[in-house]
Amino acid sequence: MISIFITSFIVGGLICVVGQLLFDVAKLTPAHTLCILVVTGSVLDGFGLYEPLIDFAGAGATIPITSFGNALTHGAMAEAEKHGLIGVLTGMFEVTSSGISSAILFGFIAALIFKSEGKI
Amino acid sequence: MDEKKYAQLEQQTSPKTPLLRNVIFAFLTGGTICLIGQFIALFYMTFFDFTERTASNPTVATMVFFSMLLTGFGQYKKIGQLGGAGSAVPITGFGNAVISAAIEHKSEGYVLGVGGNMFKLAGAVILFGVFSAFVVALIKTILVKFGVISW
Amino acid sequence: MVARGLLTFKTTPSIVATGVTAGPLEKKSPFVSQFDKVYDDERCGLKTNEHAHAKMIEDACMIALSKVDSIPSDADFLLIGDLVNQMTPSNFSATTLGIPYVGLFSACATSVSSLVMAALLTEAGMSTCAVAGAASQHNAIERQFRYPVEYGAQKPETAQWTVTAAGVATVTPYKKGFPSITCATIGCATDLGMTDPLNMGAAMAPAAADTLTRHLAGHGTKASDYDCIMTGDLGKTGFELYKILIGNTGVDVKENFRDAGAEFYSDNPVFLSGASGAGCSAAVFFTEIIEKMKAGDYKRVLLIATGALLSPMSFQQGDTIPCIAHAVELTMK
Repeated sequence: MISIFITSFIVGGLICVVGQLLFDVAKLTPAHTLCILVVTGSVLDGFGLYEPLIDFAGAGATIPITSFGNALTHGAMAEAEKHGLIGVLTGMFEVTSSGISSAILFGFIAALIFKSEGKI
Repeated sequence: MDEKKYAQLEQQTSPKTPLLRNVIFAFLTGGTICLIGQFIALFYMTFFDFTERTASNPTVATMVFFSMLLTGFGQYKKIGQLGGAGSAVPITGFGNAVISAAIEHKSEGYVLGVGGNMFKLAGAVILFGVFSAFVVALIKTILVKFGVISW
Repeated sequence: MVARGLLTFKTTPSIVATGVTAGPLEKKSPFVSQFDKVYDDERCGLKTNEHAHAKMIEDACMIALSKVDSIPSDADFLLIGDLVNQMTPSNFSATTLGIPYVGLFSACATSVSSLVMAALLTEAGMSTCAVAGAASQHNAIERQFRYPVEYGAQKPETAQWTVTAAGVATVTPYKKGFPSITCATIGCATDLGMTDPLNMGAAMAPAAADTLTRHLAGHGTKASDYDCIMTGDLGKTGFELYKILIGNTGVDVKENFRDAGAEFYSDNPVFLSGASGAGCSAAVFFTEIIEKMKAGDYKRVLLIATGALLSPMSFQQGDTIPCIAHAVELTMK
């Protein structure tokens, strides 16, 4: 049980290290970096590699933004397996990414309560 | 001075990016956020009816909630300055992008301001996530249809 | 005699008063005791950052005029600018002040370009009391040029902090005992291919170097003739590059070279490369420099405000960052 905590820390940290290298070495903006990582998660799931990573690292694989790409692709492929080509479209929209919905919801709530402050 | 020579001079004179320091802090920050996520997942699995697979949904929502608090109280940007990608790559970073834009644009009203600008930073991620999923699933479906691979 | 961009003011208009307002974070500046008014709230108790930005400009103008026992209706011209889209804070403050108004945009070099315009109007005998200056407000500008204020982007060491400050000067025909504007150089937009908006100092250094060398050559002076040559907001990185560039052209770089951006928050590492913003040069020039001149420490100074002429869109479209630097020479006579 302890092992999942260790692997989640390490794998999560390593995915962030990849992101940091894209920031500092490839000189990409955060937006570009996150897009690359999302696509990477999606492609890895295409090869069937992301789900085993989740089994191995738990939150270390579900918390980074790569899991968002994985979730969408997984949903699309699951539906495609059942319904063929049309499943590619319907599957994507069936997957409610809790990441997006919660970001939208909490974003709106935050706009209601908070104000930005230019402190350092 | 021409552009090439100035670019060289600028490279020599500008402070170098502290790559090792940034990588270490990214690793520690990202790892910590994921570790906290793991504890939260465990919490949901223990006290609620979630399995290892289904726990990721409420876990992610909870992490984004924390991200809202940290962003709203002006603390996420401090974590971001220190942790770099360690704070941007986890879903909390995505939450921070959406939430900070929502807070900032409140001055233009909730419809045009908050609604119209919320995805300024995060929209690209959603776009490429959806498009990538479409392409990958499409390719795999076609390959399966031609018997090249199986599901 | 006409020479490209070089201006000589035979009647030497004077800066008879200044008004500088600043936000709460600017209390960390070593110059804070010289600011006329410092707000505890970055929004000045108003609804939006942009409204606060306008209020700070208004207050600075009122202060600058009140120091010469004047009110807005006594002023002939208002020449100000800021960095917000279409300069609405300046526009709204101009509406309140009711002074004949020309908005000026030279990015962060507006403090000097507006001073030069005021001097020209005064020299032409068309103005007896002109208010000139520039301002910036951190939140309003960050969210326009870079990211929402609460976004956790990691800024590199070359990044600069936009100050929340407004600085204006009251310019009149020559008055003895006040810093007087003797000559100026209008800069050329200079672009040496820098693309990183988080390293503005490197983009602006060539413009500052170009204007300085043109000023010295065109007006026949040397660096050692000035008690102080202060640039606007090159920041620590840009200042080093600028000193190398002008050193290469034979200019004697000594302790009289200063940069307002590098000094604004002293050596506080939290502010990375230093301060920037249209209000940075305005706030420091119109307090530190003017005070030192009136106290007799500086007799002849050269002020070179620097600005980056980019927009968020130009950066996204992959363009480089052209920059500008305007110079004005002040003398106590």
